[in-house]
Amino acid sequence: MELVCPAGNLPSLKAAVDNGADSVYVGFKDDTNARHFAGLNFTGRTFEKAIRYAQDRGRKVFVAINTYPQPSGFERWKKAVDQAAEHGVNALILADMGVLDYACERWPNLNLHLSVQASVTTAEGIGFYHENFAIKRVVLPRVLSVNQVAHVIAGSPVPVEVFGFGSLCVMVEGRCLLSSYATGRSPNTYGACSPGSHVRWEETPDGTDTRLNGVLIDHYGEGEKAGYPTLCKGRFQVGDHTFYALEEPTSLNTLSILPKLKEIGVSAIKVEGRQRSPAYVAQVTAVMRAAIDSCLKNPQSYQPREQWMRELSGVSEGSQTTLGAYHRPWQ
Amino acid sequence: MRLSIGPIQYFWERQRVLDFYQQAADSPAEIIYLGEVICSKRRLVKPEDWFAIGEELKQSGKEVILSSLTLLEAASEVASLKKLCANDSFMVEANDISAVQLLSKAGRQFVTGPSFNIYNGRSLKLLAGKGLKRWVLPVELGLATLKDLQAQRPEGVETEVFALGRLPLAYSARCYTARSLNLPKDDCQFKCIDYPDGRLLKTREEQDFLVLNGIQTQSALTHQVLDQVPELKGIGVDVLRISPQFNDTMKIIDIFYKSIFNNDIEDLYDNLLELLPVGPCNGYLVEQAGMDHGPQQAA
Repeated sequence: MELVCPAGNLPSLKAAVDNGADSVYVGFKDDTNARHFAGLNFTGRTFEKAIRYAQDRGRKVFVAINTYPQPSGFERWKKAVDQAAEHGVNALILADMGVLDYACERWPNLNLHLSVQASVTTAEGIGFYHENFAIKRVVLPRVLSVNQVAHVIAGSPVPVEVFGFGSLCVMVEGRCLLSSYATGRSPNTYGACSPGSHVRWEETPDGTDTRLNGVLIDHYGEGEKAGYPTLCKGRFQVGDHTFYALEEPTSLNTLSILPKLKEIGVSAIKVEGRQRSPAYVAQVTAVMRAAIDSCLKNPQSYQPREQWMRELSGVSEGSQTTLGAYHRPWQ
Repeated sequence: MRLSIGPIQYFWERQRVLDFYQQAADSPAEIIYLGEVICSKRRLVKPEDWFAIGEELKQSGKEVILSSLTLLEAASEVASLKKLCANDSFMVEANDISAVQLLSKAGRQFVTGPSFNIYNGRSLKLLAGKGLKRWVLPVELGLATLKDLQAQRPEGVETEVFALGRLPLAYSARCYTARSLNLPKDDCQFKCIDYPDGRLLKTREEQDFLVLNGIQTQSALTHQVLDQVPELKGIGVDVLRISPQFNDTMKIIDIFYKSIFNNDIEDLYDNLLELLPVGPCNGYLVEQAGMDHGPQQAA
């Protein structure tokens, strides 16, 4: 099982490589990727350095170009594909059919991975992208149980990558418009969910309000730690109850099911978090490396160490983790 | 320009569904989409019932399309999809790439629904080569992009716009209706039948924000494009989709039908507002946040 880690800048990429990532995925400094945040991502010289640093050490670099261009922006996505290809990256992670079509035609020898943003959950769907664009790998959305993942792998014509750790999207990726409903900007159109440009933190007489384009996402009382107003992780009223109606602030953590993921034939484990710090990348990569190595060495006796779990919880949203949809009762 | 009735997004009593399509048969909507698109556990109306309803509507002169499930997870859902795509009576609306693959391999024409991502001309052209007969503009796209796409549209492909309804915004493995009642998904007790327009979610300061509809999340506000009907007609949009709500859908269809032939929509607009469960929005079409309600001619 390959360990695929995120990098939003050069220090993060080095942290991933130094701590045992097999592959690192990055994006360019614009809306062609789904972590389009201020101060993040790669351009020109830094991109070259990043590729050299990883590839000199025998690691791979993937470039995520995984948002959905509209006609007025399509040329920018083509340029991103060309730029990545010309620099000899190991694979592109793409979602849009038009971009896949372009990349496949212009760079027939380049490895194409199907991004989680393509929202594909079946072997039939994977078959479409394999037959039309010769994709070499698919990343599955975080909506399938372990048994369902196993079923998809059994029928998939290409290796399957799944998310192993990081912030949890509770909606099927690539088809979630909650962010653009509130702000006009979504992962698909803009490369960001609940964008910082629309976030407001307001001190109130009894605590803190967090807002997204004016919409109250949550209210925190005195002494409660206020979290980032990610739309699906706020507290709302349904009927007479006020609660985390969609999901709590929590991160996905699959350490406890690594042997199962290996057994069903998962080819690669992805860590979420290109927007996070180099320290996060270093810590999560090191823990995941140790855990995967331990699991591969002896899957029968593998147990996630307490220290690993503690370290991952420490960098998780709301300091808590979940198995998410992999585990049926979560659903 | 024609009107369509989109698939019912909610879980309604069987008789209500039958009555609804009886009324639809006499409505000015020419295209009717049928089937369960949200949750495969909702089976008060069974696949064979949908076929029977479809046959009747066909005899009333309607173009009938069977809509596929939007988020596929279980193997049983893929098996049902295969059956649906192999039917030889009706065209299928593909709400997921799996359906496109099955239909194109079978050499059959298809429609893509509002949650199927077609954001640019290259995707449109590629799918036209696979058998795309009609596509629904993804709901988060606006008029500027629609105009560009109309200019790049391959010959023979029709364009449909989601013209009225609570917006389909997201899909999850989790059932939010069950969660809101503290029930596990596997023992959901089919509670969504108690919320035939979805269950309202408000912010902590009582703003009507979203609607929970099983595994789907919708907008609380009803997206409506009545003001833009003349413009949509002008750029060659072929079909306007009315997404069913529990009450007054036929009245809404009449309003939109009149709007196609009448540029003065002020009275129609006032009539429409009274029929919406919470209120209107149209931000997506006018390049704003989806929940916004942009300037309208009728105001």
